[in-house]
Amino acid sequence: MSTANAAILPPRSGPSGAASDAFWRHPTLLLFLLLTPPLLWLGIVYLGSLLALLAQSFFSIDHFTGRIDYSFTLDTYRELFTTPANIDIIVRTVLMAASVTIASAIIAFPIAYYAARYARGKWKALFYLGVMLPLWSSYLVKIYAWKLILAQEGILNWIFHKLHLYWLMDAYLSLPVIGGHSLSISYTGTFLVFVYIWLPYMILPLQASLERVPDNLLEASSDLGAKPSETFWNVIFPLALPGAIAGSIFTFSLTLGDYIVPGVIGSSRYFIGQVVYAQQGTAGNIPLAAAFTIVPMVIMGFYLWMAKRMGAFDAL
Amino acid sequence: MRSDPNTRSPLTLKIAAAAGLLFMHLPILLIFVYAFTTEEKSYQWPPPGFTLRWLEVTWNRADVWQALWLSVRVAAVSTAGALVLGTLCAAAVSRSKFFGRESISLLVILPIALPGIITGIALRSAFNLADIPFSFWTIVLGHATFCIVVVYNNAVARFRRTSGNLIEASMDLGANGFQTLRYVLMPNIATALLAGGMLAFALSFDEVIVTTFTAGQQATLPIWMLEELVRPRQRPVTNVVAMVVVLVTFLPILAAYYLTKGGDNLAAREK
Repeated sequence: MSTANAAILPPRSGPSGAASDAFWRHPTLLLFLLLTPPLLWLGIVYLGSLLALLAQSFFSIDHFTGRIDYSFTLDTYRELFTTPANIDIIVRTVLMAASVTIASAIIAFPIAYYAARYARGKWKALFYLGVMLPLWSSYLVKIYAWKLILAQEGILNWIFHKLHLYWLMDAYLSLPVIGGHSLSISYTGTFLVFVYIWLPYMILPLQASLERVPDNLLEASSDLGAKPSETFWNVIFPLALPGAIAGSIFTFSLTLGDYIVPGVIGSSRYFIGQVVYAQQGTAGNIPLAAAFTIVPMVIMGFYLWMAKRMGAFDAL
Repeated sequence: MRSDPNTRSPLTLKIAAAAGLLFMHLPILLIFVYAFTTEEKSYQWPPPGFTLRWLEVTWNRADVWQALWLSVRVAAVSTAGALVLGTLCAAAVSRSKFFGRESISLLVILPIALPGIITGIALRSAFNLADIPFSFWTIVLGHATFCIVVVYNNAVARFRRTSGNLIEASMDLGANGFQTLRYVLMPNIATALLAGGMLAFALSFDEVIVTTFTAGQQATLPIWMLEELVRPRQRPVTNVVAMVVVLVTFLPILAAYYLTKGGDNLAAREK
């Protein structure tokens, strides 16, 4: 009798006890209370702002008065897609994002492969921190470092002079499109900085996918007579591809939307981010800026859809 | 099973991996050299001489201190907000299955998955439409939004490893919800929250793209840096500030790494 009573404790006393009991009996109530603050925040602050932005792209600007006409129109989109200069900007940005992505994948692969398959213990930790520290260190400081490196009087030109290879640099700079007066004001400069800044975002998912390649597959491949290069192309590469695609989501998306790197290091030709910034700032044309931001959103939506189909999300 | 640890890696792979790591670290090391150069007018390499003078000059610069102080306050308040919101969200998502659970994860990740310029201009146009003037709080609003995801990721990983039995046992033994939270749940997730909070702080402290849209005339430290990058006024001071920023962001990252080390390695092995 007494033991049975002791096993069933009396209801908790006091308002906090009553609340505890209520939450225990009704988990959905607790769930509701847990979810309300973050959902309200993200829903109102973030989604609300995104919708406001989307709405503004359907307004237009009166080019004579410079005021925004708050009525529904597709004129801004028509202006966006019929002006050849705007198309140039979109193509330029997408090409840059694609080449940055490919270059990052090529540079990232040996690091990720070594860290995943050979590094053990202390070396593994070193590789991990070696990728994490540049990933988290200041974005602007990284750009600044490249401004120092690529400067006319900077270390890169100094190295080329010391090695008596400056003619090589001159030859490179005289190339059309990728060359320019100096590296710090060429597409090559912009490209180098982008690769440098986004590289860790490619290494991490690539390493994660490589770590999941079972060793016995590689052994089987070589037992069956494949040369190392054949094993690479037929076994490792297809299995690492989802990781590379997961990494490319970051490198591609971040390059599409960046406006600071091409502004600090690069030719004065605009990228999408810079147009958005200029249109909403000095030009005051918020509708066109809003319409321009839809471009990277649509491209990324399409990219994510393709990545999902190729199984990249399992590698994240 | 892992390959035999004695397996030798090909030399070319070693060289390529080492070169990649050097490529990632040498530019940052360069900052440390430039902070002590005597050259004022250009980015001359090699530096003509070394001096500690610029540390003192920077120390006496009021604008640097103001920018630093604003950044610290913004990062502290945004981190606090993100800690609350991110933990609540993680607790809800990891403890139960409900309709729309996947979309909540997506919603949390979206502010950092979409390019920063989109978040920035979206917030700015919303402030414009709602006639909200730029202030300390408009910066915080933006920062807290994209910091939630960092706290959320850390907390979700820890909640998954924390057994639900512990909470049930605590409640069965007569503890109320707050006691369970204080004595059972908090000790289990505290280090994950600390790590998430540090990363959120580092993220907010360094953020510039969203901030340029939500700060108005105020200058956080990254905005100060950006102005120096676009229109250099006193290069040696910028060099010193850059070095200090590198040091300040390295410490929380190292701390966060050691706080989550055991668990994350475990998680990585279980994959």
